[in-house]
Amino acid sequence: MSIEFDNNLPIYLQIMNHIKRQIVSGILQPGDKIPSVRELAADLQINPNTIQRTFQELEREEVVETRRGLGRYVTSEESKIMAIKKEMAGELLHQFIHGMQELGFKNQDIVSIVSEAVAEDRKQGVKEGAKGGNTAQS
Amino acid sequence: METLLKVDGVSKKYGGKLALNSVSLRIGPGRIVGLLGSNGSGKSTLMRIAAGLTPPSAGSISVLGKPVGKETRSLISYMPDLPLTESWMRVKDAVAFYRDFYADFDLEKAREMLDFMSLKENDRVSSLSKGMGERLQLTLALSRQVNLYLLDEPIGGVDPVARGKILDAIVRFYSEDSSLIVSTHLVRDMERIFDEVMFIQDGVIVLHEEVESIRINRGKGIDDLFKEVFGE
Repeated sequence: MSIEFDNNLPIYLQIMNHIKRQIVSGILQPGDKIPSVRELAADLQINPNTIQRTFQELEREEVVETRRGLGRYVTSEESKIMAIKKEMAGELLHQFIHGMQELGFKNQDIVSIVSEAVAEDRKQGVKEGAKGGNTAQS
Repeated sequence: METLLKVDGVSKKYGGKLALNSVSLRIGPGRIVGLLGSNGSGKSTLMRIAAGLTPPSAGSISVLGKPVGKETRSLISYMPDLPLTESWMRVKDAVAFYRDFYADFDLEKAREMLDFMSLKENDRVSSLSKGMGERLQLTLALSRQVNLYLLDEPIGGVDPVARGKILDAIVRFYSEDSSLIVSTHLVRDMERIFDEVMFIQDGVIVLHEEVESIRINRGKGIDDLFKEVFGE
């Protein structure tokens, strides 16, 4: 695991977000064991108490759970993972909308810009998918 | 919180110059503490006093309630900014020297660390590069089982790539209930391994705070704050 840290932001929050992203994107699967404090601290060259705090917060949010004597595991509750996904999407959306508003776009403009962009992206996706299919056949 | 290191009103005079000016601080167990300051700020003086190598001119200092001196030798491991090893030694001699000298020396751990540091037992100490020399000093210092480790400029002489290895070793091999005080002026490289930092300027501790609180409350990293305080 490697993270580009921003030293100006709390490190435990950055590691929390990193682990959540790994869970949401499926790199860490529900029920997967996560590294020990010591392992992760050494890997990331981060203070072990900071890692400890990260894990405590993740536990408090029920993203990971401790099984006594075994270690920490990613929650197996799909609903919890969906909730993280929504939370992270919410943050992205908030930033995006705020940024667009700052550029002077009205809310209905933002909606149409997004739907156009999504349609464009889908077309691109179809083209690339078709190309990929050809390569696979040849 | 239980106190591991207690410093009260410690001053140190060299000739007419005041190297430390009435320093007071507390360090709890299980902490990695950065002692940050520019050259000549008093870092090494404070480290040497805590290690019991030189007495303070005024004030008192104790580890686990015992005044620093003979009684605290088995509680403290000190890595000086200059090597303690002799030039005739091979790595294994340096290790044997430490093992003979300190009853708390953990040979198993030393071997594991040497391996991690890519140090060979038959390497001559005098032929080691500055960076490899620092790796050896760190191995020797951290292989003792003590309550307080004092590392004076552990990454002073190594290039940025090798620094990572030393940081990795510190985090990997320090024992969790003990505390570590690390002096450095290379703040950016080290700030992520600290629980708390102390800024020392002209022999005075001008700031002592948890690093994550600094990031949360001031929205800036330790390196930025350091530059602000020291006006670099």
